[in-house]
Amino acid sequence: MAPRRLSVDRVREAVAALLQESVTRLPADYLEALRQAEAREESPLGRRMLRMLLENAELAEREGVATCQDTGVPVLFVQVGQDVHLTDGSLAEALEEAVREAYRDLRKSVVRDPLLRENTGDNTPPVVHYEIVPGDRVRIAALVKGFGAEMTSALRMLPATAGEGEVKRFVVEVVQRAGPNACPPVIVGVGLGSSFDGVAVLAKKALLRPLGLPNPKPHLARLEGELLDAINATGLGPQGLGGRFTALAVHVESAPTHIAALPVAVNLNCSAPRRAEVVL
Amino acid sequence: MREWHLRTPLREEDVVRLRAGDWVYLSGVVYGARDVAHQRMAEALLRGEALPIPVEGQVLYYVGPAPAKAGWAVGPAGPTTSGRMDPFTVPLLERGLKATVGKGTRSQEVKEALVRCRAVYLATVGGAAALLARHIVRAYPVAYPELGTEAIWELEFREFPAVVVNDAHSGDLYAIASQPYARS
Repeated sequence: MAPRRLSVDRVREAVAALLQESVTRLPADYLEALRQAEAREESPLGRRMLRMLLENAELAEREGVATCQDTGVPVLFVQVGQDVHLTDGSLAEALEEAVREAYRDLRKSVVRDPLLRENTGDNTPPVVHYEIVPGDRVRIAALVKGFGAEMTSALRMLPATAGEGEVKRFVVEVVQRAGPNACPPVIVGVGLGSSFDGVAVLAKKALLRPLGLPNPKPHLARLEGELLDAINATGLGPQGLGGRFTALAVHVESAPTHIAALPVAVNLNCSAPRRAEVVL
Repeated sequence: MREWHLRTPLREEDVVRLRAGDWVYLSGVVYGARDVAHQRMAEALLRGEALPIPVEGQVLYYVGPAPAKAGWAVGPAGPTTSGRMDPFTVPLLERGLKATVGKGTRSQEVKEALVRCRAVYLATVGGAAALLARHIVRAYPVAYPELGTEAIWELEFREFPAVVVNDAHSGDLYAIASQPYARS
């Protein structure tokens, strides 16, 4: 069978449109969770914060402006079907060009070198994770993630016998230490297993999952629920000003790991969790 | 919840009556600055040079605004994490800075300087950048324009909403806010 041909120009157009839409329009499942939290929040100050976030989301969508000035370093997960032949140039360059186009009127938040700190001027390059998968489709998921929450994220290489208790303590500790800095209510992405690099990617991937969908593995779905309860028992609340809703969801993703280790990574997403996906 | 409508520049009497948990609606000129601008101001002070903006009685907002769309004075302009400005803040408070606005916790050093210098720290809503931009009616880079979004911005606020986190009497909203809602 001949491979399916797909022009990288189509990828560029689709990714630019995806990013543009995601910065002005927050996911429907998140807005629904925010509305439910607003209805149930007991703290007057917390409720006021949630109301302002809802008003902000409405205003941004109506006016076509970004929900948050921090439109981050875009993180792209690109799954390329092995029966696809990408034509008309470099995929990496097409993705960069898509970012350049989408960020023309957005803040330029990327520096070329972490020590020299010269702004790239066009918000490139994105962080890209490639994966080769069966099939003849290309699936691209984007996270436009502010760095307030990114800065509070953490990773720990726990020992093999640490067990669920230590994992829970660490996750709650990360959220608590982040406090108001992560712009709660947060969405908590937890990676378990794999290696040092792999567990961080799992935690980020956990943030791609829509709210309201638990992990299909029963023991992880239970862990997600228990972690959410433990985090919300801190009373930190929206924006750290007190309340029941510190987190709206906890998503756990896991992978096989070494007999010595129980790696755990916690990647927090803020109150403007921009996320979008396209299949070509 | 007590509410105050304040106009900048702020006087000491405006600031000392504020208590952690009060709401403030700020109007008037406020300067926007973030990491690199703070670093440059600190370096200028070390060299004995003048600062590019007045600080006495003034307010600093920790922000790097997005570009403005037609019909807007400024693009989305929510607060950035204040703690990164902690190492540069005390010398500014000692020169009469009366308030800083951002989000997130401050260092012990900054909190003590707020009491000593009679100033306050206010938080506004992280992630409500479009809504907050509606309370900024004028914006232009007034110093270090080559830094782009990281320049020092002269902003005119109109009824900009914020909550007092650290007051001039050691009151600390973040330290007490979770207690009524915490469960063991």
